[in-house]
Amino acid sequence: MQTEPATSLVLAGVGGQGILLASEIIARAAMAAGFDVKTNEVHGMAQRGGSVVAQIRFGPRVYSPLVPARSARILAALERVEALRYVDLVAPDGLAVVSSQAIVPVTVSSGAARYPDDAEPRLRSAFARLLFLDAASIALKAGSIRATNVVVVGAVAADLALPASAWEESIRASVKEKYLDLNLRAFQLGRDEARRVLGA
Amino acid sequence: MDHLESVSVTVDLLSGNEAIARGAFEAGVKVATGYPGTPSTEILEAAAAYRPAIYCEWSPNEKVAMEVAVGASLAGARSIVTMKHVGLNVAADPLMTFAYVGAVGGMVVCVADDPGMHSSQNEQDTRHYARFAKIPLLEPADSQEARDFLKRGLEISERFNMPVILRTTTRVSHSRGVVRLEEPAADRPPAEFHRNPPQYVPIPAWGRVMRARLEERLARLREAVEVSPLNRIEPGDPSLGIITSSISYQYVREVFPEAAVLKLGWSYPFPDGLIRRFADSVRRLLVVEELDDFLEEHVRSLGRACEGRAWVPGIGELSPARLEASRARMEGRPAPQPPDPGIGADLPARPPVLCASCPHRGVFQALKEFDVVVTGDIGCYSLGVLPPLNRMDTILCMGAGVSMPQGFEKAGERRKIVGMVGDSTFFHSGITGLLDLVHNRGTSTIIVVDNRTTAMTGHQDHPGTERNLMGEPVPAVSIEAIARACGIEHVATVNPWDLAGTTRALREAIESGKAAVVVSRGACPLCAGKPRGAPRVVDDSICQQCQQCLDLGCPAIEFTEGNLHINEYLCGGCSLCQQVCPFEAIRTQEGAHAD
Repeated sequence: MQTEPATSLVLAGVGGQGILLASEIIARAAMAAGFDVKTNEVHGMAQRGGSVVAQIRFGPRVYSPLVPARSARILAALERVEALRYVDLVAPDGLAVVSSQAIVPVTVSSGAARYPDDAEPRLRSAFARLLFLDAASIALKAGSIRATNVVVVGAVAADLALPASAWEESIRASVKEKYLDLNLRAFQLGRDEARRVLGA
Repeated sequence: MDHLESVSVTVDLLSGNEAIARGAFEAGVKVATGYPGTPSTEILEAAAAYRPAIYCEWSPNEKVAMEVAVGASLAGARSIVTMKHVGLNVAADPLMTFAYVGAVGGMVVCVADDPGMHSSQNEQDTRHYARFAKIPLLEPADSQEARDFLKRGLEISERFNMPVILRTTTRVSHSRGVVRLEEPAADRPPAEFHRNPPQYVPIPAWGRVMRARLEERLARLREAVEVSPLNRIEPGDPSLGIITSSISYQYVREVFPEAAVLKLGWSYPFPDGLIRRFADSVRRLLVVEELDDFLEEHVRSLGRACEGRAWVPGIGELSPARLEASRARMEGRPAPQPPDPGIGADLPARPPVLCASCPHRGVFQALKEFDVVVTGDIGCYSLGVLPPLNRMDTILCMGAGVSMPQGFEKAGERRKIVGMVGDSTFFHSGITGLLDLVHNRGTSTIIVVDNRTTAMTGHQDHPGTERNLMGEPVPAVSIEAIARACGIEHVATVNPWDLAGTTRALREAIESGKAAVVVSRGACPLCAGKPRGAPRVVDDSICQQCQQCLDLGCPAIEFTEGNLHINEYLCGGCSLCQQVCPFEAIRTQEGAHAD
């Protein structure tokens, strides 16, 4: 039953940041490129400002929607410390795309926990390859901070061998018509930034 | 599946829940009912996209939903009913007897389990209900099977005149996968009920006949399941054979790629002959299943040695990683090492919280004034149990927030009791508790936190809203009028963003010495479409850092390294922080006062 292993991705963030849309765009792009795809997302209670994670796997044949340990090729996070929660899912040579945004949880505001001030050095030591980017500012440049998630998707796309036409088809299928241009711009800027930094 | 074939076939990327709805559409389902509950909710939401071909309704609770679907089945139409695992407890009464009466139009009961309790109060295993009710159980393992099995379930239901349970889990319901679509079949004959009381009325004389007929149907089902294509053997290395079903199958294929596998899609009645044949073809037999030892116990009862729970955890959900660890233990290898724990060990927890400007926050803040026992219920307001709100003492099940105070009171609890229930939960199963309170002379106060929607599950309508799932304008049922009709004399309505007014109303109710209902009316900010007011700011020159605003547990108020700040993107302008600030250090940017 051995087949070519699936490509696995993990998306992390905070409820309300648009993880579900980011997951859908990546999954639809893989489907448009002709792959079998599975994703998994968190719904319900976990969306009320809590930690949210989505997993995406694509390849000739995908079984588990959940990413096996130490196998994710890319971890993308919309919040800096959220990336650190999923270190054990990422392959030893995996890439982490992390938005530098910091969202302080209520547990920190109430004094019950501390928000780490050394997130960036920890990210550098945890991941073999790291793209630590100010995705929110890039999204503002594209037209709205709400497109931060799609900036990160663009950065992820820079490291995946899916055709540009698949990404465009996917974004068209996933966002509302009136936000299409904004999201296409955000995607492009995110991809350009990743290519610039990663040297693709 | 072969991805290259998809070129000539219509495919889409669907969650398991969306795929079930698609299957219902393709199979000509006429009536779809349910009550929201994670992880089942999106089945009916997706079915509503096929209106008017499918009539869809959110029923007040799962029991009503089941009974509506039964009515449709007896009229000859195909129907589905959707709920989460604990919802089936509510709907168990009609299900058990409907198994006797029997379906006419195909009826599939779609139940989603929640191993790991992502959004649930227990992790009960729905598979027992199939055996309990003596009806077929189908377990899809991905979105394609969710669509296919729903259609097969309707056929089985009609062929054997039985309701069928289609059981998913969180990871089947909420995983997306590529699904091949077909157009709906030709129109089905119009519904028409054929009167036949001995068939539809289980008075004891006829019920006894039905009881015997149920066993005859089960015997026929046992023959059919042996040859069903929903169960299959995937040949492999005979040194280890694995029996599995549902999402566990996918993990088995990742972790034991070389093993022989018996994949059960139609798992009750058990295909005994197939299980025996498979067991006898392998040297070692392992059962991989989540939750209870449903399959393992049965395999043992067939006289076949097998392993399962000794290696595979039954508490919480499985994952490729957990099954990998099971395999390592089986083979006497050390478990895979977790990465350097230093990197993530001290990360701040990020639990779900009440949203900024959530109306429930005002009620919890007001409740801090009273030394009372608070019995809670199921909904977003369950989050009020957590710090810093800390204002809920018990949660049991839907409706218990209203019913349990009576027990506390009659037991002689020295404090007054306050029950708390959401609007949708009140209609679901809060009204009977209210009747008990009045009829049996209770004096507790019930707060109905009415945020005008079923919020936790993603904003579904309920009898108190002005629109139903079909999109029709409907009269909103008044909670206050129901309370009065139940015999409650002390009924008050408060604005939960007015702390002083809410506290006053609660005091009057609690001190009234009578059963009382306080309705906290404020729409969920996620539905309101616009913020309640201008974002608040902290004036650092006035702020004494007394941190009283932090006791609200508002995600918009951030406090790190001595810097107290309100996040302008998150703040909904509800003004509760401004009301609790003793130094008037919180205001709007322009200096305006509270709304």
